[in-house]
Amino acid sequence: MEGPARVGGTIGAATGETGCDAHWAGWTSVSWGSTILPMNAVLVFPRFIGRAVLGGFTQLGRFSLLTFEIIRGLREWRIWLPRTITEMASVGMGSLFIVILIASFTGAVTAFQAGYQWQTSLPLYVLGTLIVSNIVLELGPVLVGLVLAGRIGARYAAELGTMRVTEQIDALDSLGRSPASHLIIPRVITGFVMLPVLTILADLVAILVGWYSVKQVLPITDADFIYGAQYYYRPFDGYYSIIKAFFFGGAITLISCYTGFNTKQGAEGVGRAVTAAVVASMVIILVLNATLARVLLN
Amino acid sequence: MIELIGVHKRFGEQVVLDGVDFDVREGETVALLGASGSGKSVLLKHINGLIHPDAGQVIVDGQNVVTIGRKNLARLRTQIGYVFQNGALFDSMDVFENIRLGLSDETQYTDAEFSQDRVTECLRLVNLPPETAKKFPAELSGGMRKRVGIARAIAGRPKYLLYDEPTSGLDPVNADIIDQLVKQLDNELGVTSVMVTHDVRGAFRVADRLALLSEGTMALQGTQEEFLQSDNPRVREFLERDFHTAPVAA
Ligand SMILES: Nc1ncnc2c1ncn2[C@@H]1O[C@H](COP(=O)(O)OP(=O)(O)OP(=O)(O)O)[C@@H](O)[C@H]1O
Ligand SMILES: [Mg+2]
Repeated sequence: MEGPARVGGTIGAATGETGCDAHWAGWTSVSWGSTILPMNAVLVFPRFIGRAVLGGFTQLGRFSLLTFEIIRGLREWRIWLPRTITEMASVGMGSLFIVILIASFTGAVTAFQAGYQWQTSLPLYVLGTLIVSNIVLELGPVLVGLVLAGRIGARYAAELGTMRVTEQIDALDSLGRSPASHLIIPRVITGFVMLPVLTILADLVAILVGWYSVKQVLPITDADFIYGAQYYYRPFDGYYSIIKAFFFGGAITLISCYTGFNTKQGAEGVGRAVTAAVVASMVIILVLNATLARVLLN
Repeated sequence: MIELIGVHKRFGEQVVLDGVDFDVREGETVALLGASGSGKSVLLKHINGLIHPDAGQVIVDGQNVVTIGRKNLARLRTQIGYVFQNGALFDSMDVFENIRLGLSDETQYTDAEFSQDRVTECLRLVNLPPETAKKFPAELSGGMRKRVGIARAIAGRPKYLLYDEPTSGLDPVNADIIDQLVKQLDNELGVTSVMVTHDVRGAFRVADRLALLSEGTMALQGTQEEFLQSDNPRVREFLERDFHTAPVAA
């Protein structure tokens, strides 16, 4: 009996801001320790849902606002273009090592597993098909997406969050300059462009390493591998890899810029923004991955 | 001309501005006084629209800042230099880039020679050596950062200047230089300015009029004489306490 009542009291107190919540808070204090307690416990759930829905709408509203700002800011290409180029170079160079590293290991593991699953009844060239399609359709874009969600998602959220809490974003505003065209558009475009570029690189490296590795475990010739890779390969597979990376890049940068831009309350707020950005980016990548597979692979 | 009429602002439960009236005439410098936490920075941010009032009007240059729309607000803001209390310098850029961003005119901004000259000029005005341009904000002292913030605000030759405690944290010599600069911009270029300050002596020296913000409202806005002769207890308390502590603070 005591448990739910305490929960109710805490939630009511924490949300005493809006009129609706103040009303519920009144309920809580009236019912505290009295016979209406079960009623109070019942109310906790709808109240929680109500809060979550309200919060969701607030976030959605803010996110749409930011999207509008981005679209409006696109006209100021003289401002965002040079910054975008710098940003793309920085992300590209900075991610080169980690992308090649991941791609190499992925290629090798894919090859070893394909070798393990391969049965003598199958022609050897099937290995080429398996390795290439696995990498291009799934592993290349998704692994690059997840790693860059950590790498640039965290960085962008931290950068913009710090700029928010140290009033640097207000300072830009105060100079009549648009934070969208100075800060957000260059980062978002970088995501849309650089993720596909890095994914193409990852696909190529992974395929080459996979090719080399599979030759170490099975007596497959280069001709077999190339034949298998080409036999089932459709040009759409390559586009699909790039389309996925394009969406992942946009999602990561939009989310991390959004959370960073709306950071509150100092260093702790920046920390929260970074965590939120990385977690949300990774979840969205998984959701997008499934959605795109359903929509595009039919 | 800057005019605030009946401005209310609260954050959650806390009422910060409770019907503030405030005006600055064309070409005038008004010192805004008030205890720490009285809402001076919040008031200043209303003037260039960084904070929206819950109620009341904010009129700058004949335009209502609250309803003017984002495009006009951006244009108006290029006319309003804002010196942030803690500098708010762009820490990923060097001092040169920081000040150059203050050039709101895009052709001036992209003109390498012009911006170089203007940045050097602004650094000189705030008494910083030209070499400072190559440093990053993290490599500067607190007072230097403050002065770079001032240089950035004046770089675009704005019509209005809002200073949030431009001299706090500066040594007396540099504080004097900044006070002189405020006065000079006012006298020679006809800049209209608001200067938030704790330093009553500096305020008396620089400002044409003073305003005291206390308990969410303007206790008094008027000339130096009106302040010294006022028998408003809030004004008396502030002046006496501050004159008392000023020599210690200096
Ligand atoms: N963004 C904000 N969110 C919530 N409360 C705020 C915010 N900004 C200011 N406040 C509150 O408003 C009050 C006035 O703050 P303000 O910064 O204007 O004080 P101040 O007069 O400039 O003080 P100081 O001389 O110390 O700079 C403070 O109590 C502060 O807690
Ligand atoms: Mg302040």
